[in-house]
Amino acid sequence: MSEEPILQAISVSKSFGGVQALTQVNFTVKEGDIFGIIGPNGSGKTTLINCITGFIKMDSGKVFYRGKEITNQAPNQIANLGITRTFQIMRPYYSLPAYKNLIIPLFSPRARRKGGWRGGGKLGDRGTVSIDILEEIGFERDSFVPYKLASSLPTGYLKRLELARCLALRPDIILCDEVFSGLSMSEIASMVPLIEKLQMDGITLVMIEHRLRELFRVANRVMVLNFGEKLTEGIPEEVMANEKVKEAYLGSEKLLDYTFEA
Amino acid sequence: MDKNLVTGERRKERLDRGIKVRTEGIYAVSSLQEVIYLFLPRLILIAGLLLLPILITSLYWKRVVSIAAIYALLALGFDFLAHFVGLVSLGGAFFIGVGGYTAALLNTSLGLPVTLTLPLATVGGALICTLLLLPALPLRGVYFAIVTLMYPLALMRIIEALNIFGGTDGILGVAGFPNRWVEQYLIILIVIFALFGLRRLVNEDIGLVFRGVKDNDQAVRASGLSITLYKAIAVFIASGLGSLGGAYLSHIYMWSGISQFALDFSVIPIAATVIGGGGTLVGPLLGCFFLVPISEWLREFGTLRIVFYSLILMAFIMFRSEGIMVYAQRKYHQFERWVKV
Repeated sequence: MSEEPILQAISVSKSFGGVQALTQVNFTVKEGDIFGIIGPNGSGKTTLINCITGFIKMDSGKVFYRGKEITNQAPNQIANLGITRTFQIMRPYYSLPAYKNLIIPLFSPRARRKGGWRGGGKLGDRGTVSIDILEEIGFERDSFVPYKLASSLPTGYLKRLELARCLALRPDIILCDEVFSGLSMSEIASMVPLIEKLQMDGITLVMIEHRLRELFRVANRVMVLNFGEKLTEGIPEEVMANEKVKEAYLGSEKLLDYTFEA
Repeated sequence: MDKNLVTGERRKERLDRGIKVRTEGIYAVSSLQEVIYLFLPRLILIAGLLLLPILITSLYWKRVVSIAAIYALLALGFDFLAHFVGLVSLGGAFFIGVGGYTAALLNTSLGLPVTLTLPLATVGGALICTLLLLPALPLRGVYFAIVTLMYPLALMRIIEALNIFGGTDGILGVAGFPNRWVEQYLIILIVIFALFGLRRLVNEDIGLVFRGVKDNDQAVRASGLSITLYKAIAVFIASGLGSLGGAYLSHIYMWSGISQFALDFSVIPIAATVIGGGGTLVGPLLGCFFLVPISEWLREFGTLRIVFYSLILMAFIMFRSEGIMVYAQRKYHQFERWVKV
C-alpha cells in the first residue's frame, strides 16, 4: 500500500478569463514526503493549491487522494478528509483570542471523529486541546500570547497560527502556501525544525516557497512551475541544475550559488 | 493633569477596573462585592422588565410594552445575525409575517390552542424562512439584505393578488390569550430567555464558529466546516425568534393580515440596534423598549411624529454613535483619565 501516492493530480488546468493560470499540471506526492512547489511570481502555485483544496473549481483534470477522486469537492469536505491548507495571506479570526481561533477547526466533523466528542477525548475540552496544539507549534503555554487577540499578534505568530489551524484538524497532508514569507531570518530558523517535526509525525507536506535555501533543506522533491506549466520535477539539486529553471528565474546564474552556499 | 492641553497633546486612557479584571475568570465568586458587581446589572434588567406590566396601569401602554417586547425579539435576531454571523438581515417583516400567518392558520383551520400554535409557528416559521433564504445564504452584506427585504414585499403582494389567507382582510377570529397577565408576562419571559440564551450561545463553541464565519469565512471552510450550514443554523435561530414574535402578534390582536409584512418590523430593530449598541445583544433590546414607546408617544403630534423621530435617531447617531450599552458597559467596567501624549 505504501506504493500508492497519497496525493495525485492529473493534468489540472484552470483559466481565469483569457489567462491560462494552469496548463495540464501533473504531479504525485508520496506519503511522508515534503514536496516543494517553486516558480516565479504569477506562475500558478497558489492557484494549484486552491484547485486541489476546492477553493477554486478547476476547468479540467483530476485530483486523487489515496486513490479516491476528490476533484472539485467542497473545501470543507476536502479538509475533512485530512487535506488541509494554510493561506499565503493569513486568515485568522482577528476578533478572537489565538486559542479560540483553534476551537473552530476543533469543532469540525473530522476533529470530533478523531479526538472524541469534545475534540479532546476524555482529557479535556476544546480550549485545553487548542492550548496544547499552540504549545506544540511554538506559543509559550504560560505566557499571555495564546490568550491575546489574533489582531494583536505579530506575523510570525499568525503564520504559526495558520499551521496550528491545520494541525487541529489532525491532517494527513498540509499544503503550506509560503509559510516562510514575511518572516525574519531568525523566525524562519525557528520554523524549519517545526516543519521537520511535522514530517516526523507522519504528516505529508506540500510547500510553496520562495525561500529556496530553507525549502531545499527539508524538501525531498521539488516541482517547478512557470506560466502555469510544469517545467520539471526532481530532487532539489537536479532541479536547480536544469537550464529551463535557471531561465525562468530571470536567467540568474547566481541562483545555484545562493541556494547551496549554506 | 493639565486641562489646558489641546487635542493633539493629550489622549484619553482607559483602564479596566480592578473588580472587572478580578471577576473575569472562573474565580469570580470570592466576595459579596464581586458577586454584586457581576449580578447587579443583570438583576436590574430582569427586575425592570418583570415590573413593567405591574407598574404600567393603562391598558393601552400595557399593549405597547408587549409590542416593544416583540420588536425586541426581532432586534435580538438582527444583532445576532449582523454582529455574530455577518449577515445583515432586513427580514424582520418576513419573519413576523410568516410566523403570524402560520400561527393564525394553525389556530383557525386546525383549531390548535395557543399553547401549541406558538411553538409550532416558531419552528415552522423558522423552517419556512430558512428554506426560502437558503439560496441567498452565499450572499454577503447588502446583497443578502436586499433579498431579505424582497420576501416580505413579494409575499404581501402574492397574498393580495391571489386573495389567499383572507386576502386584504386577513385572517379573523384567531384565539387570544386566556388573560392579560399571561399575555404580558409570557412575552417578557421569552425575551429574557432569548437574550440570555443568545448571549450564552455566542460564547459556546458553536458561537465561535458563527463569529468565525463573520470574521473570515474562507478560513472556516479551510477548517472543514460548511459555512452554508452554519449560516442556515443562524438564520433558523433568528427567524425562529421573529416567527415567535409574529405568532404572538397574531394572538394579541386575534387577527393576522398583510400589515404584518410592514417594513416597520425590518427597520425599527435596526434603529434600536444603532441606539442600543450593536454586538451587545442587550443594547438592541433596550433600544426597542426606548424607541417603540417614543414612537407611540409621538403619535400625539400627528404627521410631525416622523420628524421628531428622525431627530432623536439623528441625535443618537451624531452624539452616541457607539450606542447606549457600549457606552454604559465601558463606564461600568473601566475608568478613564487624560494623559499627556
